Amino acid sequence: MAAVGSSVARKDGIGKATGGAKYADDITFPGMLFGRTIRSTIPRGRIRSIELDFDRTGFTIVDYRDVPGKNAVDLMSQDQPFLVEREVRHMAEPILLLAHEDREKLAAARVKIEYEEDTPLFDPEKSEQVFKSIDIVKGDVVAALARADVIVEGTYRTGHQEHIYIEPNGVIAVPEDGGVAIHGSVQCPFYVLKALRCLLGSAHPNVRVIQTETGGGFGGKEEYPSMIAGHAVLLALKSGRPVKIIYDRVEDMIATTKRHPAIVRHRTGLTRDGRLVAMDIDVLFDGGAYVTLSPTVLSRGCIHAAGPYRCDDTRIQGRAVFTNTPPNGAFRGFGAPQTEFAVEVHMERIAEQLGIDPVELRRINALRPGDRTATGQILRDDCSAHMVLEAAVKRTDFARKREQYKGTNRTIGLSLFFHGAGFTGAGERNLKSKARLELTPNGVRIATGSTEIGQGTRTMHAQIVTDALGIPYEDVEVAQPDTSKVADSGPTVASRTCMVVGKILEECAHELKEKLGGLSPAEYYVRNGPLTVERMYEPPDWIQWDDNTYLGDAYATYGWGCDVVELELDPDTYEARPVKVTAVQEFGRPIHPALARGQIEGGTAQGLGYALLERVVMRNGAMANSTLTNYTIPTTLDMPEMDVVMLENPYPGGPFGAKGLGELPMDGPAPAVVNALRHMGLDVREIPATPELIAGCRTIA
Amino acid sequence: MKFTLNGETREIAVNPATRLIDVLREEFGLTGTKEGCGEGECGACTVLIDGEPVCSCIIPVSQVASAEVTTIEWLNGGHPLQKLFMDEVGAQCGICTPGMIMAALSLGPAPTLDDVRTALAGNLCRCTGYAAIYRAVLKWRGMPLEDGAGGAVVA
Repeated sequence: MAAVGSSVARKDGIGKATGGAKYADDITFPGMLFGRTIRSTIPRGRIRSIELDFDRTGFTIVDYRDVPGKNAVDLMSQDQPFLVEREVRHMAEPILLLAHEDREKLAAARVKIEYEEDTPLFDPEKSEQVFKSIDIVKGDVVAALARADVIVEGTYRTGHQEHIYIEPNGVIAVPEDGGVAIHGSVQCPFYVLKALRCLLGSAHPNVRVIQTETGGGFGGKEEYPSMIAGHAVLLALKSGRPVKIIYDRVEDMIATTKRHPAIVRHRTGLTRDGRLVAMDIDVLFDGGAYVTLSPTVLSRGCIHAAGPYRCDDTRIQGRAVFTNTPPNGAFRGFGAPQTEFAVEVHMERIAEQLGIDPVELRRINALRPGDRTATGQILRDDCSAHMVLEAAVKRTDFARKREQYKGTNRTIGLSLFFHGAGFTGAGERNLKSKARLELTPNGVRIATGSTEIGQGTRTMHAQIVTDALGIPYEDVEVAQPDTSKVADSGPTVASRTCMVVGKILEECAHELKEKLGGLSPAEYYVRNGPLTVERMYEPPDWIQWDDNTYLGDAYATYGWGCDVVELELDPDTYEARPVKVTAVQEFGRPIHPALARGQIEGGTAQGLGYALLERVVMRNGAMANSTLTNYTIPTTLDMPEMDVVMLENPYPGGPFGAKGLGELPMDGPAPAVVNALRHMGLDVREIPATPELIAGCRTIA
Repeated sequence: MKFTLNGETREIAVNPATRLIDVLREEFGLTGTKEGCGEGECGACTVLIDGEPVCSCIIPVSQVASAEVTTIEWLNGGHPLQKLFMDEVGAQCGICTPGMIMAALSLGPAPTLDDVRTALAGNLCRCTGYAAIYRAVLKWRGMPLEDGAGGAVVA
């Protein structure tokens, strides 16, 4: 029986079910110290003095002067310091590091910092410091607006969202053989390696990064682990001992990245019968105090801003700007949930204003194979916007329910969405990702930097290799990512781990099979000894992309989804309670149906939290509700019935037809929730739609 | 002080205010009990005290004197619920899984979906949206899958 397409046993199932799997905090090293980060308590200003008000016996103390290389996190830009030198740009910014073997003494150490405070900037609309601006212009939007029958305008807002991986960030730095090893909860070991090389400079060439079992990531362990790893390494090198830094929940919420808040403005021209003729879209992302990944988050946000719709004359203008808040960063969906929320609620408002059924409006405008996207990309046969829409409408009996629920406390709404898989444009070509297969005495070992963070990387990669090589699933093992031992397969982000890295592994397996010449891996190993195959990713040759105009083939393929949310509104408390979600999604082909379903169910849950519950309250530039008591994610009692439908439309460039999946389910729930509320006559244009927000909404005229 | 840990009587000399989770993980090396929030909100540290699920991060060890404490390690990997968590992919990242399993053990013999949801309401999972966890628990108790925990469709 083929492994691909069946729900084989997870490679890591037993360790997780028994508690035997080792996460960062479960690991100790002899002589290990514990590390602590002293952080800023103002959002903007300069450090005037630092006073250490404790007995320093047994302490290791590190500040920016201990940095042997460059005091900058090497990501897209090198503007963020590992440790503040003088200028503070946000609350909870790291200033000083302490380590001690006794955690009580460490926690009790008092550090007094005096500042010269400046007036902070919190409003992104008032920010004049632009990290990145993007203009995507197709056709002539001004002329098209002028000839439109109807123009509909609107402004849509989305808030921060906190990742709440249940395992907080944590790493251990261990001095070894003239270098240092990092063991940590990380999504992208090679990003951490790059950052450490910059931090340490040429004096410390021997650095490696090993991923420990990771208790969730969702983008939240894409860039920030470089910071924590840098801190632990500085303490370990100075003390000569292993140093463990594990954030508690409050520190993790206050100091690390969140989803970018967004303000999106739409000005749309239509014919009277509902055909889109012009889309003019302005996207503003609050980047926080440093650049981090904001340019690429903005890029994906802008490319998805026109939604899965056909419109010849489109202009999308985006900016990511500075504010004095902790930097915002990667979070599942990477900019698209914000802009797809805006366009989907806007489409609903267009339907209301034209008096057209919202499903019909989407039928008129949804992309088909042969249509051009906002970047001018001509879609191929793997475009499934209409397929998911029709399947969802039929399965939920949408039209009848929409009519039936009128005037009751129950309502129904939908969203249509898409998500580009892999890095944008020339990104995959520039990345040059590699994957490796190594013969073992019993079978083969997969050796890549792709991390298992819950989504099933190990299992799904092993299934692909199993079938491509034609050996038993049990004979395929997956190496723990260790940058000194595995191929750099690129970061575990952007819905690329199955579609891109899985594809390289499939090709490695084909090459290996040829080299084995009909022998089993074990037979070959006995006769000839070790054998390794390594290959580099080759994106489809038809991809054309211009980074200056932002026009071309933005992604090799897209996943497509239609979510239908039914909810009830409490007439007294204004609490909106989802009762059923139907998620119809097409992502090529599921390699492992149960894992794929888990991605859809879990992403849908995060999307419902984003829509209704998860409000980050910022006070003087810091998250004021930084505990799980008052920042609430969905519990079992908040989650509705979920009906998941996985449609197939294989993508020829993916392994066994698979596209990317991880992020797609995050894009749909929020607009479907708000569109359901709108069907009740509530003029909601913002999330999270908390009871307070809903109570304050006008009714739709 | 003395207490029963996974069926064996244990004696320790620690500050009575020490959190139970720290005693389990550091004194006894039982790292299957995980810490997610340290304030009793996420349930990752759930253990059974005299059969009742409790967050071990907000319990001082003095409170379990003479009591019976049961952790995930007691199941020894052979419990049918552990196998079902694997088969149904009730564990994605796995950090909530030990606490989730311990909380589920408190369920009676024939739980409805609502019983399962109520029993697990104090255990947060950020990966699964809980549906796969319901499937594992209901199958363990031989209960039919109701709407909300039913089968997926691949068309």
